[in-house]
Amino acid sequence: MHNMYIYLCIMAGVSYLIRVLPLTLIRKPIKNKFIQSFLYYVPYVTLAVMTFPAILEATQSPVSGLIAFLIGIIAAWIGADLFKTAVFCCAAVLAVEFFL
Amino acid sequence: MEQVIKNYSFKHTLNKAAFRDGIRDGVPIGLGYFAVSFSLGIAAKNAGLTPFQGFLASLLCNASAGEYAGFTLITAGAAYVELAIVTLIANARYLLMSCAMSQRMDPKMPGFHRFTMAFHITDELFGIAIARPGCLNPFYSYGAVLAAGPCWAFGTALGAAAGSLLPLRLVSAFSVALYGMFLAVIIPASKKDGVVAGLIICCFIASFCAAYLPVFSGMSSGTRTIVLTLVLSAAAALLFPKAADEEEK
Repeated sequence: MHNMYIYLCIMAGVSYLIRVLPLTLIRKPIKNKFIQSFLYYVPYVTLAVMTFPAILEATQSPVSGLIAFLIGIIAAWIGADLFKTAVFCCAAVLAVEFFL
Repeated sequence: MEQVIKNYSFKHTLNKAAFRDGIRDGVPIGLGYFAVSFSLGIAAKNAGLTPFQGFLASLLCNASAGEYAGFTLITAGAAYVELAIVTLIANARYLLMSCAMSQRMDPKMPGFHRFTMAFHITDELFGIAIARPGCLNPFYSYGAVLAAGPCWAFGTALGAAAGSLLPLRLVSAFSVALYGMFLAVIIPASKKDGVVAGLIICCFIASFCAAYLPVFSGMSSGTRTIVLTLVLSAAAALLFPKAADEEEK
């Protein structure tokens, strides 16, 4: 039987190391244009990839997820901030699933 | 870059303002975290963790996919090495985010901030920090962590303790909050930059295909995220190179 606290230490240790090593070891500006561009695109790509189609499976019905997805895009496009966009998405799911 | 922060003491008014901004932007993220970590807590309970252990796991790991993958392995009674490797893979995107953050550090900032800022690099907190212009202000990150971090940990504990007491309809609605926040980060950026807009549409299509095509759908969602992120970002960087100074317009 494995010890739960050793499990947790491993998870916490690995999670922290991969976050802290690049941030502390990379001290100089990266000059390579490919790496610069790559790092510029990474966050947007990760978030986009994680949002869709996962949002379709997060709700009770793919339809409400899809509508929340579209509402979120529209809300963010017309300038809603983080919180407002999130609220619009949640409200869309509540409303749609009320009728389903 | 309009304001260069010379003073990295919390007494500095700019840092206090950044701290307040961080708390303000961290609250909605915390709400989303709470909903998501609640379901993570249920997974933790199934893996045999007590609510306190679930709390501890979330407080120290701060990772949704990473923790979930970890709990799955704990349920299976996996070896310690195996758990370490899976945690590494499931969290690999934080490595990339940490690299990206290293490029936005003020050289005048005292070094210890790097160690504390690294602790809570998550998709959301990275997203909102990197969306601000200029060098990253550690106090903005601390404010956001202070607001959002405890929600993640308490949500997990509550999920492990209370299980499925929350009405399904509310869980369903809460669970899209996180995605709404993702959209609020990527959509404004694609409005400013046509390449990002095109890239995001490609991401949605590729991600959709990867989730349902037989070859890729066998991968865990964490692995799919890593592969797609590496391939699509590299392709975009090759086709549309971007200098660092262009991004801060």
